Amino acid sequence: MTTKSSSKRTSVCVALCGSGGAGVMTAGNLLLEAAAQAGWYGLMVRSSGPQIRGGEAAALMRIATHPIDCLDDRFDALVAVDWQNIHRFADEVPLDGASLIVGDPDQGEAPEVYTKTGARAVKLPLKQLAKAIPGSWPNMVVLGFAAGLLGIPADKVKAVVAQSLKKGAEQLPASVAAIEAGRAAAAGEGDALALAAPTPVTARRWLITGNQAAGFGAIRGGVRFVAAYPITPATELLEYMAPALPQVGGVLVQAEDELASINMIIGASYGGVPALTATSGPGLSLMTEALGLAVAAEVPIVVVDVMRGGPSTGIPAKSEQSDVSIALWGLHGDAPRLVLAPNSIPDCLTTTQWAVHLAERLQAPAIVLSDQFFGQARTVTDRPADTGVVAERLVAQAGAEGYKRYAATESGVSPMAIPGTPGLAYTADGLEHSERGIPSSGSGDHRTQLAKRERKLVAHDYGAQWADIEGDGEIAVVTFGSCTGAAREAIARARAAGVKVRLVSMRLLAPARPKLLAAALEGVDRVLVVEQNHGGQFLRYLRAEFELPGAVRSYRHPGPLPIRPEEVHRQITEWSRA
Amino acid sequence: MKQAARKSAAKKRAVPARGAKPSTATARNMNELMAYAYALEIEAAERYAEFADAMEAHNNRAVEELFRKLARIEHKHAEQILEEMGWTAPPKSPIGGYQWQGLEGPETADFATLHYLMQPYHALEIALLNEKRAFEFFSGLVRRATTDKVKRAAKEMAAEEAEHVRLIEDWMKKVPRPEAHWDVDLDPPRYVD
Amino acid sequence: MNDLTTATALQPAAFKSDYKPIWCPGCGDYSVLSAFTKAFAMVGKKPEEIAVVSGIGCSSRIPAYLTSYGFHGVHGRALAAATGLKVARPDLTVVVAGGDGDGYSIGGNHFLHACRRNVDMTYVVMDNHVYGMTKGQPSPTTEPDWQSKLSPSGTGLRVFHPLVVALAAGANFVARAFSGDPNGVAAILAEAIRHPGFSFVEVLSPCVTFRPEQRNWKQAVHPAPVEPTDDPAKAARRILTDDGFNVGILYRGDRMVYAPPVGKGKKKPADLERGFEV
Repeated sequence: MTTKSSSKRTSVCVALCGSGGAGVMTAGNLLLEAAAQAGWYGLMVRSSGPQIRGGEAAALMRIATHPIDCLDDRFDALVAVDWQNIHRFADEVPLDGASLIVGDPDQGEAPEVYTKTGARAVKLPLKQLAKAIPGSWPNMVVLGFAAGLLGIPADKVKAVVAQSLKKGAEQLPASVAAIEAGRAAAAGEGDALALAAPTPVTARRWLITGNQAAGFGAIRGGVRFVAAYPITPATELLEYMAPALPQVGGVLVQAEDELASINMIIGASYGGVPALTATSGPGLSLMTEALGLAVAAEVPIVVVDVMRGGPSTGIPAKSEQSDVSIALWGLHGDAPRLVLAPNSIPDCLTTTQWAVHLAERLQAPAIVLSDQFFGQARTVTDRPADTGVVAERLVAQAGAEGYKRYAATESGVSPMAIPGTPGLAYTADGLEHSERGIPSSGSGDHRTQLAKRERKLVAHDYGAQWADIEGDGEIAVVTFGSCTGAAREAIARARAAGVKVRLVSMRLLAPARPKLLAAALEGVDRVLVVEQNHGGQFLRYLRAEFELPGAVRSYRHPGPLPIRPEEVHRQITEWSRA
Repeated sequence: MKQAARKSAAKKRAVPARGAKPSTATARNMNELMAYAYALEIEAAERYAEFADAMEAHNNRAVEELFRKLARIEHKHAEQILEEMGWTAPPKSPIGGYQWQGLEGPETADFATLHYLMQPYHALEIALLNEKRAFEFFSGLVRRATTDKVKRAAKEMAAEEAEHVRLIEDWMKKVPRPEAHWDVDLDPPRYVD
Repeated sequence: MNDLTTATALQPAAFKSDYKPIWCPGCGDYSVLSAFTKAFAMVGKKPEEIAVVSGIGCSSRIPAYLTSYGFHGVHGRALAAATGLKVARPDLTVVVAGGDGDGYSIGGNHFLHACRRNVDMTYVVMDNHVYGMTKGQPSPTTEPDWQSKLSPSGTGLRVFHPLVVALAAGANFVARAFSGDPNGVAAILAEAIRHPGFSFVEVLSPCVTFRPEQRNWKQAVHPAPVEPTDDPAKAARRILTDDGFNVGILYRGDRMVYAPPVGKGKKKPADLERGFEV
């Protein structure tokens, strides 16, 4: 939201760009950290060219007085160290007549794709300023300028820079001087983009990415074994867990590929240790056979799918919500499993933790649909309280006579014998089996086990966590994952204009809860389904498994661009008038 | 034990790092001499062009321009040779291939010498080394020349390369020396696949 | 720069496409690309007669930088795709390219069986002892004590020995080259392409971004002290004392090449109906 109270802003969006070692990512991170220290909230998204080093890069930042889950519709300022290939970011950095384009006159004109928006050019002689201060870098001037624009206090900026330069402390004076020079240069813009004062901070707050959040959520939930195979954009989740897990007594093994990692975690879980892996679309495709094994043998595992542009190799470093279909439908045979979708970065922690609990409780695999936007964006968030939800596996106790591993209990969950327990040895099997676990091709056994594996998921009471249901109205926006942030802001705008809209952000996608969704949509006669993919995968799922009241519209487009609040707001407005 | 002995024996027989192999190049006649000269220049031109492309892809415009200039210069040298010899097409390589002193032509720089943040001065350092090596190469041909004509021509080529060395050295005086921390990139590498 | 004596033969430049590589400047793969173009010129093929198949990773980007036909497939499965291509189209010259991560880790299984199957193709692995494209994790050839984010105290694992595995599994041509010597690489590649059966060439190709210490590979590599052999036992004894930096051709065999006849049968489907007749 960009409402102005007095002259100060509640939210500002700034893009920092540069190429060839300009260091804009570092500047962006420092800006975010300084804002966090000062009590604001914020979000930083990175975008870059195809080069591994030296390519064009953009740090897309949003700083706000309140927690935020998405970028805004436009950017207030684009600050560029240089213009080399920066035109490539034009789609991701929408500017307009009220925006600023800040550039170094030594680097020439800004690309036409930006100037034609009507944005106002501001000169910032970065190179000169940095040169006048020996031992400083242009990105420090950019940091100071941006901090000055937003009104982030100088002492906070200095504190975070000092922290980051711990090893190179002798560089601090030059960096501070450069930051000061940048701040002074921003003075000409006055308070136009200055942030309103942050509300006094009482909660503990974190700086975290979605990948880190998911990894830590798994640890809170009780995961102690991880098999890792790197893939963009999930690798950082695994790299977070590599040093973290051993500290709590867990272990991480780097696997040779995804086939190995999924089978490794099944093995560990069979041995009684809650286990997890993380991957992206291509890796999830490889894992489908073994996911079916986990279903059939009733071994709990969690797979975090950090979704990226698909299909196939697709667009590895960009976000998209196009693995819905494979998560929901992608296993051969009748193979029910859990599918969950966090709907904010802090929710990546809570939902992954919940996924661990559910997988263990229901002895089934759980797929957590995160995405590149969540995974790699860094945010300032209130510390997510520990829900206390942990792995609680129903373990068979020694001494049970005539133990049946796959007993068709009423709940569908049968006690699981952990290797090492005397008298209960059984062979876990992907083959269909009897209640005792002996392979069977009989129709009775097959129906019993199919019903059991379905019943245990469908009969479980998932509580209120299954979705976030907010607001009231005849129009409802039904969505999941990273579109939720944009939907929430769109609905708030509509509400401010007197249009009432309900939000249903589904967190538990499978098993389907048609009764619960029907209750959530009572009184609704227009359903807007919002998702970030081309084929309408979530819409098709809703139509297949749920009853949707009244008229249904789909608003969707694929990655790499996010769905922004105004896109959803426009849909709501049009439909509310119709 | 045996393994260690075998290893050290292998090391003794091993060819030292590039550039130090004793040259066996000889030009038996003018055609051969000028074929060497042409190959030398054209390979250098192609390599500088590849360097310029790599710099362009990494947004290092200043060094890209410099490498393109060097490529143009070497290309001109190559064309001059074709003109002087009245050749309408590039000459065929001698039987057995070119006997360069190092692993490639003396004016052909190693890809490993590039850095995405390199400065123009670094590029000229590379060019300077190339020209010096070219001078040594032709000096070697002078020493091993079997006819007077070839000896004289090789001497001229060596003198030209020496002139190129001076030109590069002059050029280097006009270009700022690399700043300290020229190779510092505060941002970590990214992954894109 | 050798063997270009045929007036009609194409020059290496004809094999280089207009796409500029995005590899980090200083990367060994630039030299390998140059070597590819020279080797293709040396074997006298036209670009359309060659297909380069790759997987995922920095090295696997190479097909786009050549004017030959290219296939940029999924991670680790290049050898399988190439096998299908070569068996169905024996007239094509098939070259497979990729890195040590793509080839020895997820591709390990296919590597074993490609060597064993011995289809006539050439497999070039640009080995830099790291997963480059995903930002620096250990690969199977990474030293056990190299620290990274995914293995903070090193892998502690014995490294994978690709030449040993290739020889043992049945490859017909086994060699190692070093990117610091593009002409040397080109010569080995040309011979590998000409040699029948599965030719495996490991090219040490330093990663300037994640393994800058590999600059010292220049001093570490040395030509193999003996000539290539066609005796697998001799090659096996040699490779067991290999320090990982011996450059040259280890083994040139005459193992049976897998090349099922294609297009030979002249019957029509109707001719096959008799088998069903009552």
